[in-house]
Amino acid sequence: MVESGFYHALKVDEDKCFGCIHCMNVCPTAAIRILKGVASIRPDWCVDCGECMRACPVDAIFVEQDDFDKIFQYKCRVALVPAVLIGQFPEKVTEAEIFSVMRELGFTHVFQTEHTTGVITRAMVEAARDAEEKPAISSFCPAIVRLVQIKFPSLLDQVLAIKPPIDASAVYFRKRLEDEGIPSEDIGIFYITPCAAKIAAVKSPVGEEKSPINGVINMKFIYNKIYKLIKSRNETSSISPGEMLPLLSPGAIKYSLTGGEASLMEGRCLAIDEIHNVIEFLEKLEHDEIEGVDFLELRACDQSCAGGVLVGGNRFLTTERLNKRAKRFEGVADIPADIKAYTHFMANNLDIGPLEPRSMMALDQDMGEAMRKMQQVRHLMCFLPGIDCAACGAPNCQSLAEDIVRREAQLSACVFIQRMMEKHSKLSGEHALKIIEKIWGKNRLDKDCKKKGAENESNMEL
Amino acid sequence: MKFKYEIEGGNFSKAGNASSAVKKILKQLNVPPAIIKKLVVALYEGEVNVVAHAWNGCIHVDIEADRIFVSIEDEGPGIPDIEQAMQEGYSTASQAVREMGFGAGMGLPNMKKNADYLNVKSEVGKGTTVEIITFLK
Repeated sequence: MVESGFYHALKVDEDKCFGCIHCMNVCPTAAIRILKGVASIRPDWCVDCGECMRACPVDAIFVEQDDFDKIFQYKCRVALVPAVLIGQFPEKVTEAEIFSVMRELGFTHVFQTEHTTGVITRAMVEAARDAEEKPAISSFCPAIVRLVQIKFPSLLDQVLAIKPPIDASAVYFRKRLEDEGIPSEDIGIFYITPCAAKIAAVKSPVGEEKSPINGVINMKFIYNKIYKLIKSRNETSSISPGEMLPLLSPGAIKYSLTGGEASLMEGRCLAIDEIHNVIEFLEKLEHDEIEGVDFLELRACDQSCAGGVLVGGNRFLTTERLNKRAKRFEGVADIPADIKAYTHFMANNLDIGPLEPRSMMALDQDMGEAMRKMQQVRHLMCFLPGIDCAACGAPNCQSLAEDIVRREAQLSACVFIQRMMEKHSKLSGEHALKIIEKIWGKNRLDKDCKKKGAENESNMEL
Repeated sequence: MKFKYEIEGGNFSKAGNASSAVKKILKQLNVPPAIIKKLVVALYEGEVNVVAHAWNGCIHVDIEADRIFVSIEDEGPGIPDIEQAMQEGYSTASQAVREMGFGAGMGLPNMKKNADYLNVKSEVGKGTTVEIITFLK
């Protein structure tokens, strides 16, 4: 299959997936279809938001991540830690403790992702001031940037072309280490990610040509490792001195939470989280229904990064903890002293380059052909029942009709059309079953007492 | 290809639905984003005009290979002086409508700005028809 060069972090474990429709129903871009009894994700349509992963009842959707041992390929092993990782831990665990444990795990340096938010905010305020079209849209959330590319290409010009903290900080710390005399090829920067979209952004960056980050580590994985070590230390009460880091300002600590950017920008700023909410708002924005708004902070997850799909802890508690931590650091400067010497370097390295539209909406690239296909879709919709039951393996009747026109499905995939065809003796019952097996897998309709909710559910392998 | 959408007078929570539907169609037809944006802005203004002033109305959209023809027809009070209505800032919207953020008197002028061709026909006490043409090539 042509992957159009776009890497996706979300994958389907075909052994675990038993072919239900939870993921397909929640996908905000209708990127999922069921084929041969398992979910398949259309690479061109997926924005890596992770909604499918959240919805899956059997953990069949997973993120492809770098093997932790990959860090040891580098002499200088940098962990780039976002604040939401800290927010996972109970209050009594200090930042210093967490970072010293991370060094025990093998990292030579631990840096904080939000270290550069002060510089970014300054650049964003200026860019938003100069923006021809308002509101300016933040490029913080990679899932949102991809969403705009495929679903709202007319708004692309409004996305501020400024690096989000993850990239800006990676560029900054790499430069600083190089200036300390460490060869660039010895430096491996690993981002501890709270979400799938950031993995995809690192492997296949939009705008920039190559990511400054060498690898990504699933936050759930590292959280478990850190917590285990901290616990065992407490038991033996052998707490080693922690790694001292420059302190983050309250604004930096709260930056990845909902309102984190909007509260720092000028004018009328709105913060919208959760991808369906974002889509609803962008629909309105696209026909100028929204007036007088200067800046939009848009995040794919509910409670922003605290609600990231790889964040193990409860998103509301994480938010509360970070807000409490931020209070303790009141008075800390937005721009840490060490960045000041790099003001010029940062000013030249914050641009993300042009964002290209990747519209997946069109039925055909050629307008005339697209019109012909749309006419076909409308004709097919006269026959499809409009129940949106998803038994055909597409999320709704409209999607099935469009798939048929794209020659990716057949009308007989619809179970109601099958009934009508059987009534008119155009389809045998046996053939109808074959069609269903093609979509839902062989023997899918056989009795199975181990499935969820069935008599022997507890025997299910977990 | 022809499409038709009904508009309910006075129901502001639904204003924009027809524009959204048309926008989705144009995206599927691979119409350039800049053209979509202009047409949809004009269409949305027209839709809000019907909701704000008329009793009911409907939008007809006819898409051809080289142009999109839109006609927004309503049954309503009509416009006594079209020339005046075409001036920026001129508004007859009630206070209640203005409080909802509509009725700034930019409707028709904004539609004209975003359409390649605009024609307004109106009969007082009967209704108004606004025709828009957007060229695709």
